[in-house]
This record gives sequence, C-alpha cells and structure tokens, in this order.
Amino acid sequence: MIEVQHVTKRYGPLTAVQDISFSVAKGEIVGFLGPNGAGKTTTMRILTGYMPATDGSVRVADFDCHESPLEVKRRIGYLPEHPPLYLELTVREYLTFVGRMKGVRMEHVAKRMERVIEQTGLGEVKQRVIGHLSRGFRQRVGLAQALIHDPPVLILDEPTVGLDPNQIIEIRELIKGLAGSHTIILSTHILPEATALCERVIIIHRGQIVAIDTQEQLAARLRRSEQLRVTVKTTLPDMENRLQTVPGVIKVSQGESDNTYLIEAELGHDIREAVTGFVMTHQLGLLELAVVSMSLEDVFIQLTNQDESHANPGNEQARS
Amino acid sequence: MRPATTLLAKELRCYFVSPIVYVIAAVFLGLVGLLSYWAVVNASGQALRMMQISNTYAQINLNDLVFRPMFFSMNLVLMFVLPLLTMRTFAEERKLRTFELLLTSPIGINEIVSAKFLSVVVIYVILLILTGLIPLVLSAYVSFNWDPIWTGFLALLLQGAFMLAIGVLASAMTENQIIAAFLSFGIILLIWLLGLFATVLGDSTVGHLFAYLSFTEHYERLVRGLVSVKDIVYYLSGMAFMWFAAHQVIDAHRWK
Repeated sequence: MIEVQHVTKRYGPLTAVQDISFSVAKGEIVGFLGPNGAGKTTTMRILTGYMPATDGSVRVADFDCHESPLEVKRRIGYLPEHPPLYLELTVREYLTFVGRMKGVRMEHVAKRMERVIEQTGLGEVKQRVIGHLSRGFRQRVGLAQALIHDPPVLILDEPTVGLDPNQIIEIRELIKGLAGSHTIILSTHILPEATALCERVIIIHRGQIVAIDTQEQLAARLRRSEQLRVTVKTTLPDMENRLQTVPGVIKVSQGESDNTYLIEAELGHDIREAVTGFVMTHQLGLLELAVVSMSLEDVFIQLTNQDESHANPGNEQARS
Repeated sequence: MRPATTLLAKELRCYFVSPIVYVIAAVFLGLVGLLSYWAVVNASGQALRMMQISNTYAQINLNDLVFRPMFFSMNLVLMFVLPLLTMRTFAEERKLRTFELLLTSPIGINEIVSAKFLSVVVIYVILLILTGLIPLVLSAYVSFNWDPIWTGFLALLLQGAFMLAIGVLASAMTENQIIAAFLSFGIILLIWLLGLFATVLGDSTVGHLFAYLSFTEHYERLVRGLVSVKDIVYYLSGMAFMWFAAHQVIDAHRWK
C-alpha cells in the first residue's frame, strides 16, 4: 500500500531524513518511533505530499506522490502534529469543509460527518466553535478530520498527544478498530504506545531507520534490559556484591541515593521475588521495588551499540 | 473545481464571522462618505459663487466637481485599507498550521491561490456596491452623466483587484499578518511612487516605462471615462503576475 524507496530530505545543509526505505502492506498498522527531531514528521509530510522529497520515490496506493499528487492526496487521511483547525468555525462546519475539500460528495458529507463524530466522540461539542474547545477535543476534531473521507491510508502524527489517559485509551481503541480496513502509519515517541498499537515498528533516529521490528521483537528488546530499582531503609556493608549473589542478577549499581540500587537481570528472569527475599532475610526494610522500563534513548543506545559490534543477528534490517 | 469553490465559500464564511471585515467596511465607507460629502459641499460652494458672479443659474458639472475627486480619494483610501483585507489570506493559514490541511487536500496550488484571491475580490465588490449609494442618492437631487461613473467604478474595480493581488502575494510570503499588511502597502506605495518619478523624469525611456508600470496614469484615464484595452490589459497582466508570483512563493515554501 505504501512504498518508500531511498527517500532523502534536505533542508539546505541540514539532512532531515537520509535514504530511508520501507513498505507497508494493506491493513497494517505501523508505528514510527523516535525522539523529537528524529525525522518522523518530515517523513510523514513527504508521504502526504505536503512537501516533496529531495531524492527517492514514494508510492501510495499505487500512485506516485510526485507524478499524481492529487490521486495520492485523495486516498490519505492526515492528522498533522498540530491539528489544522479553523478556530472560528464550529465542529460541524469544519468537518463539512474538510469533507468537501477532500472530495466527499455533497449528498454524502452529512452522513460521513455523523459517522466520524460518533467514532471520535465529538457528539456533545459538534455545534460548538472549535476555538472554545479543550485541547483533547481539538485533537479529536483533528482525528475526525483525517477520517472524514474514509481514506484507505491514514497518517497520524502523534495522535494521542495532549489527551488525558482515558481519552488516550479511547483513541487507541478507535485506531485499533480502523486497522484491517485501513492502512495506518502513526508516529509516537512513547514506547508503550507503539507496542500497544502497532504490528510493526519502524525506529527512526537522526533521520535514519535504526530498526524495523515486529511487536514481539521490540518487546523482547525491551525485556532484555529490564532493570529493578530497589530502595531499602538500612543498607549492608558491601551491599552491591551481596546483591550480585542473588540468582539471575547480572549487574548491580548504585542508584540516585545511598540506599537505592539498580539491579539488572538476565533475560527472561523475573528476579523481583528473589530480590525481595534477599531484602527480607537481611531485614533491611524494603521501601521501594520498581521495574525500570527502558526509555527510548536506552533503546537507541542499545541499537547503535549492537550495530557497531554486529552482535545481534535478529537485527539484520538495522542500518548504521 | 469542487474543492476550490468549497475553499472560496469557507473563506467568505470566515470573513463574515470575523470582526475585521466589519471594521474595514466601516472605516472604508466612513472615509469615502466623508470625502464625498466634502466634495459635494465644495461643489455647491463653487456653484453659489458662480451664481453670485454671473447672476445666472449655473449648471454645475457634478462629474468634474464631485465624482472625479471622489474616485481619486477612494483610490487613496484603498491603498491603506485593502492590505488589511488581504493580510490574513495566507499568513493566517500558515500561523494556524491549517496550510498543511490545504496542501494535503486534493487541490492544486493554482486553485488555492485563485480561491483566496477571489474571496477578497468578492468582499471588495460588496464594498464597492455599497459606495454606489453615493451617486444613487445624489441622482435623486441632480442630474448628471452616468457614463463616467460606470467607468470610474470599473477603474476602482481593476485598481482594487490589482492591490488585492499584491496583498495576496505579500500574505503568501510570511506567517505574520502585520508584516503581510506592511509589505503589500509598501509594494502598492512603490508602484504609486513610480508614477511620480515618471513625471519628474519626463519624456525619456525610463520615464515612459515608469509611467506604464505605475497605475496612476491608467487609473486616471479610466476615471476620465477613457476606456482603452491598453489600460485594462495593464491591470489584468499585473494581477496575473502577482498570482503567478504567489503560486511560486507557495510552491517554493513547500521545499523548505
């Protein structure tokens, strides 16, 4: 459905995206994962035809973005980073406008609008002026706008940003429900979001694809680095070495305070029980035991390190 | 053409819900009304003096004494007012990031520029029709020749549309509305000044070139009732140039 080949985008001397290639099959949900400034938005803007690529080719639904931009644009629903809203229009007026702009016929617009209002939960605010809506509702109007013409391809740039936890779950459910009938690319810098929603994740860093992983691979990658943070009331002399003797522990290091330790475990070992047991038998007073999930930066550090040593055979799609 | 007409309708809708159009209309119509009132008072004063001198009933020429000054002062008012009408066309879309929506919709840049330009022209034509009340009211009291009035309004239409095209270009160049307004005002002033330079330079090649490029001469001829293809071509080609430049500016912006 989406075919990206050797796309490069330069802004003057700055290279925002360098030689990226990937493809997305029909009905797939693919996540773009990367820190801010990694090139996610630039890539999405190229896909939507907002800006042309400096080099390389992009095909969406068998149309070339450069040769037949209008055909491509008709088939894409796009939620940009900042939802493109006309603050002086009401939700209904706005959605009617976008629907008509995207080529929905006059007689179908009202029906489509009611459908997306229902899908995105905008019923209670549909008569209100967008400028008076909260951030969460505006984000939903942005999403409704992307869905109005029922496009086969959806490109969503950080769709859950600015929403509260309940809304995030609702929107995720909505996106999940759209999968299958729609091909979806969404970007995020939140790891759990990518794992919760996407079948495949494209990890992008400094304008390059670092890895293309399935959900399972990504989860395994994350588990590998599982860390525990333990805070105790009283500590033992030579605590670090003693903790090391707990089965499954690879490495122990001092945490933020004197009584906090970071414990790294072997892959596939849940050491929480063992560590708790250790603390209990020595009567140290367990104050905190937490799983430190891997941050995105850690993933990148890990990925780039692996690239250098070629240590990970499962990561053959990674680029240096 | 469907998306383009949709965009045009949305533009007009946004204009009528925002206060700016009403402020512009009030200022424009207020100033024009005041200036034409002053022209009428002046004309009646002259008529009175002529009657005292010659002791006969003088038929004053309303076209010369009232309408021509009115058309020239309207031109001046437009130079200040129209940049305020066009400043938001593209600058606001950029600022609000809604430009991304337009550029990812199945609509060409040419259609976007045309819709934006036509929307301000429609607003302007409504303003012009409202100023048409002035000759209409006067015609109830005095009789005058309507022909120069029609050409005067034609001149105003072309002149205003040209200024609007300049304003749309200026707005396409920035995301700051105030800069857009000043930029279009500056360009309009520059074109106007070319006419002054032309009179200073006189009968030289550069003088003729400046005289042609400035709208002063073309506008004057039309207001005097001399409708020639040459002047109409001047305005149409000027608008086409601004349209093309705006198109290029937007296209170039996509690459950055």
